[in-house]
Amino acid sequence: MSDPVKTIDGRTGPWEIVLGLEVHAQVASKAKLFSGAAVGFGAGPNEQVSLVDAGFPGMLPVLNRFCVEQAVRTGLGLRAKINEKSQFDRKNYFYPDLPTGYQISQLYHPIVGEGVVEVERDDGSFFNVRIERLHLEQDAGKLIHDLSPSESYVDLNRAGTALMEIVSRPDMRSPDEAVAYLKKLRTILIYLGTCDGDMEKGNLRADVNVSVCRPGQYEKYRESGDFGHLGTRCEIKNVNSFRFISQAIGYEARRQIEILEDGGVIDQETRLYDPTAGETRSMRSKEEAHDYRYFPDPDLLPLEIERAWIEEIKASLPELPDDKRRRFMADYGLSQYDAGVLISEQAKADYFEAAAKGRDAKLVSNWVTNEVSARLTADGKDFSDNPLPAAHVAQLVELIETNVISSKIAKEVFDHVWNGEGSPAEVVEKHGLKQVTDTAAIEKAVDEIIAANPDKAAAVAEKPQAIGWFVGQVMKATGGKANPAAVNEILKAKLGL
Amino acid sequence: MTDLTKLTLKGALDGLKARDFSSEEITRAFLSNIEAANPTLNAYVEVTADKALDMARASDARLAKGEGGALEGAPLGIKDLFCTDGVQTTAGSNMLKGFVPPYESTVTANLWRDGAVMLGKLNMDEFAMGSSNETSAFGPVVNPWKSKTSNADLTPGGSSGGSASAVAGELCLAATASDTGGSIRQPAAFTGTVGIKPTYGRASRFGMVAFASSLDQAGPITKTVEDAAIFLRSMCSFDPKDSTSLDVETPDWTQALGKGVKGLRIGIPSEYVVDGMPAEQMELWEQGKTWLREAGAEIVDISLPHTKYALPTYYIIAPAEASSNLARYDGMRFGHRAEGAKSLTDLYETSRAEGFGKEVQRRLTIGAYVLSAGFYDAYYVKALKVRRRIAQDFDAVWDRVDAILTPSTPSAAFALGDKQIDPVTMYLNDVFTVTANLAGLPGISVPAGVDSGGLPLGLQVIGKALDEATVFQVADALEQAAGFVAKPEKWW
Repeated sequence: MSDPVKTIDGRTGPWEIVLGLEVHAQVASKAKLFSGAAVGFGAGPNEQVSLVDAGFPGMLPVLNRFCVEQAVRTGLGLRAKINEKSQFDRKNYFYPDLPTGYQISQLYHPIVGEGVVEVERDDGSFFNVRIERLHLEQDAGKLIHDLSPSESYVDLNRAGTALMEIVSRPDMRSPDEAVAYLKKLRTILIYLGTCDGDMEKGNLRADVNVSVCRPGQYEKYRESGDFGHLGTRCEIKNVNSFRFISQAIGYEARRQIEILEDGGVIDQETRLYDPTAGETRSMRSKEEAHDYRYFPDPDLLPLEIERAWIEEIKASLPELPDDKRRRFMADYGLSQYDAGVLISEQAKADYFEAAAKGRDAKLVSNWVTNEVSARLTADGKDFSDNPLPAAHVAQLVELIETNVISSKIAKEVFDHVWNGEGSPAEVVEKHGLKQVTDTAAIEKAVDEIIAANPDKAAAVAEKPQAIGWFVGQVMKATGGKANPAAVNEILKAKLGL
Repeated sequence: MTDLTKLTLKGALDGLKARDFSSEEITRAFLSNIEAANPTLNAYVEVTADKALDMARASDARLAKGEGGALEGAPLGIKDLFCTDGVQTTAGSNMLKGFVPPYESTVTANLWRDGAVMLGKLNMDEFAMGSSNETSAFGPVVNPWKSKTSNADLTPGGSSGGSASAVAGELCLAATASDTGGSIRQPAAFTGTVGIKPTYGRASRFGMVAFASSLDQAGPITKTVEDAAIFLRSMCSFDPKDSTSLDVETPDWTQALGKGVKGLRIGIPSEYVVDGMPAEQMELWEQGKTWLREAGAEIVDISLPHTKYALPTYYIIAPAEASSNLARYDGMRFGHRAEGAKSLTDLYETSRAEGFGKEVQRRLTIGAYVLSAGFYDAYYVKALKVRRRIAQDFDAVWDRVDAILTPSTPSAAFALGDKQIDPVTMYLNDVFTVTANLAGLPGISVPAGVDSGGLPLGLQVIGKALDEATVFQVADALEQAAGFVAKPEKWW
């Protein structure tokens, strides 16, 4: 196992990175958190806004039960404590995308408490990221500045949409770990159906807390829980791609180390990552930080969730990625790596299972994760809109298993099948790709080649590796359809090896 | 023909039902009173005469068919804090001048469902913040009552000053009002009318311009206890659009009337006295005890020890909630927007500085302060704890008493301009009424006597949560015993 902690060597010695993520995941729901207004992508400006969202006088929030269910479901998926009593608070600040002048959130009593996410590193080792909390809150609207040189426009379609803010402990120690955690979290959310994970549309975005410390300090923090052992953190707001997260952390860590090595101090502040410049920039310092004047929202009663309902939701949970990975390894004899690749997308895992029934699972896994995945990527698709029926993969593997076609020919068969020429069996039939296992036909070809190349035949006696040339010639003569094992066997006999 | 505007709500409803007169007739009578009086009393900020006559004629058509709801054909005034579809709703503020909501508050929708007629929108303290109606952007309402000893214009109280003045001055049969710290009961006491704030959650807050969400509650101001029982029933309903609305039946409270108070235990809290309270108010309270005792009630001395903290607690919680509730008035989507702002911050600051009056600004500042980092625990959290203690004070006496009797206000109506200088003196008006808001309990003010200047004084009855029936029962007994029939002399 490689050392998970990546140290950065500065002029004054080694440094370590400490990372925590606050992930905003838009709740998959047809309606907003506190109004009946629809949620959707692509509607015209301000077409999905109710009077409640627009903060009209006398309008009151009414909690959307489905969003609560989604938050509970997510909490259960994160193996977290569901708080049977929680409460909504108002976070007060003025901004034109916030019609009421406050965001309804949950500061003091979140709906979900501590949990844990098990994350796999690239080298196959695992680490845990502790979840501090998950709470429900409203999203804000959107300001549009580029329609007019002198005016800004407000689109409130997103205002009031339900978000889950999932806050991790500072348990990631490298950009790779942060990315791996976010990928895993995204997978879990998609499995649960509580967030579509679409980062391009901003439905999943992360604030990254970055600090640096000297080796040994992090361990002291973990022992004592005292953040004083760690460096001052900066929060990089709203990073919305895996690549940018990695780049932003890398830049920010180096920036902090440089300041510290020059004898400076890190200001606790909020920063923005500029992907074009490849750097983070200060957004507001601690002194400029808003005083949000949080207080319990008097328009909403404390949220009480019945135990029985939680149990009901628990019973309806799908098999989660970790469980699926373990089952794939146990039931199909797959390696951790293969199982991990398959479960990373629920649709991919389902596809694999549909194709693997009664077949050589390892072979099916290879076809699914290699050929099928590659073709989908090339076509800009994924497993959820995969045009190739799983039964075709199953049949292709069956043809290989039963020696009807060789693995090499199978690739050719696959090309035809992918192009919509029918099932693998039909393609084999149509193109006459059936493997030649008829020994008489092979013997005939072998005899002819030996007869035509007596010198090479003689040489093989001294240099047995040269048989490869003969194998190639036989395959060529049979159009690649000869069973390689049979060819080998016959050649050896005829050449006296 | 008798003056229809002198009728009680009950009397008018009976007459309408018997078709002694039409809704159009009584509506016209009120419109004519309003036309004559409003330039002086300033009770209405908008008179919806055409709408009123349309509604009246529709009521008459239903009445002609022998149909009609509980308030069919009754012309009412609506406090300008209830949003009315297509009719300007300002909450007494420059901030909302010209704001015409495209929706109806649940309370007013209930009234229209029951056949009521809207005469117009009633003046009020700006965003319901005030006890004298002097914070209104439309100028103060004038009380129809005058002291025998002075010709000074008096306040009708606040914040529902327009509602109280309109009822006392016979500019409507009854009016909607709202009560955050006493805004129904104090103006009722100042104008010789009846005002009840029901249990928190009885009436929906949907479509009511919010002041302090955890305290705001709608209720009526009427001429009699019976009228209040009839009117309140129409206002209340369980409303899924208000998460704090109570899912309970709304009973027929007129059933509680005429039952007497024999056997009821009436608590007298020793803490409901303030320095400088006029002797007449103390005597009236004594008189109230005597009336109830003579009617067969048992008078029980009780203590509500945290009463003295109620006013400071209220003046932390209410401004805190208001500072957040009023953040939506930012000049962006509706309401007042400053011209020529140089930046976003400038636009916010100027719009709000121009749109809000001084008292609103004062309370928003207090509210922002008590919620701010470093002060939240010391003020807001502590206030919530004291609020719980105040509620517990009441909980602790309900096994010994069925209702509580107190004065409604420390004094009778004062002259306009009298208490403008010192906001704290003004805040003292709420001292007997805020406890019911903080504890969410029903409270009613009943006119029970007059002071030396001939000005009305009220007594307050506070009851258990959801026990408006007992509150009405006691109020009815007080009304009977007091035989309060005094009316303001028409000087306008």
